Amino acid sequence: MADEPLVLGIETSCDETGVGIVRGTTLLADAVASSVDTHARFGGVVPEIASRAHLEAMVPTIERALAEAGVSARDLDGIAVTAGPGLAGALLVGVSAAKAYAYALGKPLYGVNHLASHICVDQLEHGPLPEPTMALLVSGGHSSLLLAPDITADVRPLGATIDDAAGEAFDKIARVLDLGFPGGPVIDRLAREGDPEAIAFPRGLSGARDPAYDFSFSGLKTAVARWIEAKRAAGEEVPVRDVAASFQEAVVDVLTRKAVRACRDEGVDHLMVGGGVAANSRLRALAEERCERAGIRLRVPRPKLCTDNGAMVAALGAEMVARNRPASGWELSADSSLPVTDPHVPGAHDHDHVHEISKENLYS
Amino acid sequence: MDTATPAVTAALHDGTGIVAESTRVDARRHGELLLPAVDRVLAEAGTDLGSVTGIVVGVGPGPYTGLRVGLVTAATFASALGVPVHGVCTLDGLAYAAGLDEPFTVATDARRKEVYWARYADSRTRVTEAAVDRPAEIAEQVAGVPAVGAGALLYPGTFPDARAPEHASAAALASLAAERLASGAGFLDPHPLYLRRPDAQVPRNYKVVTPQ
Ligand SMILES: [Zn+2]
Repeated sequence: MADEPLVLGIETSCDETGVGIVRGTTLLADAVASSVDTHARFGGVVPEIASRAHLEAMVPTIERALAEAGVSARDLDGIAVTAGPGLAGALLVGVSAAKAYAYALGKPLYGVNHLASHICVDQLEHGPLPEPTMALLVSGGHSSLLLAPDITADVRPLGATIDDAAGEAFDKIARVLDLGFPGGPVIDRLAREGDPEAIAFPRGLSGARDPAYDFSFSGLKTAVARWIEAKRAAGEEVPVRDVAASFQEAVVDVLTRKAVRACRDEGVDHLMVGGGVAANSRLRALAEERCERAGIRLRVPRPKLCTDNGAMVAALGAEMVARNRPASGWELSADSSLPVTDPHVPGAHDHDHVHEISKENLYS
Repeated sequence: MDTATPAVTAALHDGTGIVAESTRVDARRHGELLLPAVDRVLAEAGTDLGSVTGIVVGVGPGPYTGLRVGLVTAATFASALGVPVHGVCTLDGLAYAAGLDEPFTVATDARRKEVYWARYADSRTRVTEAAVDRPAEIAEQVAGVPAVGAGALLYPGTFPDARAPEHASAAALASLAAERLASGAGFLDPHPLYLRRPDAQVPRNYKVVTPQ
């Protein structure tokens, strides 16, 4: 629909420079430049390398997204950007670019939360989010269970990892097995040929007295590493496929069990699963199976929308515009530890002032 | 504009002279302060960004996080407005601001006990490439001439004749660029002068977790 907000979103919280364009809940463009290959030999994301790559890729990626969407920058109704959480220096490149773009075009600016964007992206896949939405977010940087009565204004954390993020555990086990970085895709692939029940790895925080919705993957990671080291010490061959399958099963078993329980406890009949680890095929399959059994409708976006991208930021920005949320001020800063309870960062000044400045700078 | 030193500085030049300028020194808030500075300068000049015909940006060298704020802002303005963006070495801007007619050195603070520096024949003529070094290691190369910039003021042992200006000024940068535009002299590409490789180590093998 032509009267739905047309928004460009910029995402630079980690190693992907993402620029997406949406009209309401319709995806028009999703341009991503990744520096992941540069980080691979370091076994993890190097912040300075990521920031340098963002600076190089920023303008070309914006221009690619506009060309892909076939829209003119002048027709945009707003510019959204990840204000946090994420790597401080990396976020700052995107925030500075978004501010400059919004200012030069005379458009309102929306600094939004990365985690809320991961949830909101599903509107591009499955239409408007039900309210409230239950979301399980799993990636290399986060593992959270969130209840969102209103994705633009009210996001409540039910639980989170107390140590490593789920994606981090995949990366670390891949390293122990000499499989390279990132670990998620390769473990997923090998696990398909392995037996998930071959080794009984521990399920963290799953006791009766443990917090119901929190996660812990550090103990699992250590248990898997010890198991592998014991095999090596005994001079035996490590059954890589079985280890991958059993480790992966331990992770997704806990994630899906707790997510389904949260839905039941809160009386929510939808579960959204997002974040890079949501691209994992076993997580998708087990979530599907358990949700179906529990009468819960599962919503998982296609893998490309689960990993970090600009479309998710644009999706949340469009929702901000549609719901008349206040724009951010020109002094917007990147906040590496922006709490999930802040879906966006409204300006310190009042709303009208921001727009007044914007209009003055419309170029014709 | 220039964000390669602790100054967040923006200025507007109309081809004849500086119309407005805003400079605030705060090494940790480049990201927050630059856009409001640009907005203030344009408001003071009674104009808007749409009437700007070119963007000049200091390309460093400078501490990376702040440096990138100016560069990405300039590049994005240029893309949105369809105007060119001209890169100028930040040390050249400082040299121009110094206004000296004799040989001198410009040195800014590179942190980690190092300075970014270059030698000049006069305020418009750089005679060495910008470099990053420990002050003690370049003492001979900069001996006997005055020096400007915070890097010089920080290390009086190496720079006994250290003077203001301390940080970059967009007014000087824009004035220098206006001269270069008028004379047809070239500019640098608007890419950062980092001068250092990113700190990153290839990890050795993972830490064994089994108790020994
Ligand atoms: Zn993410």
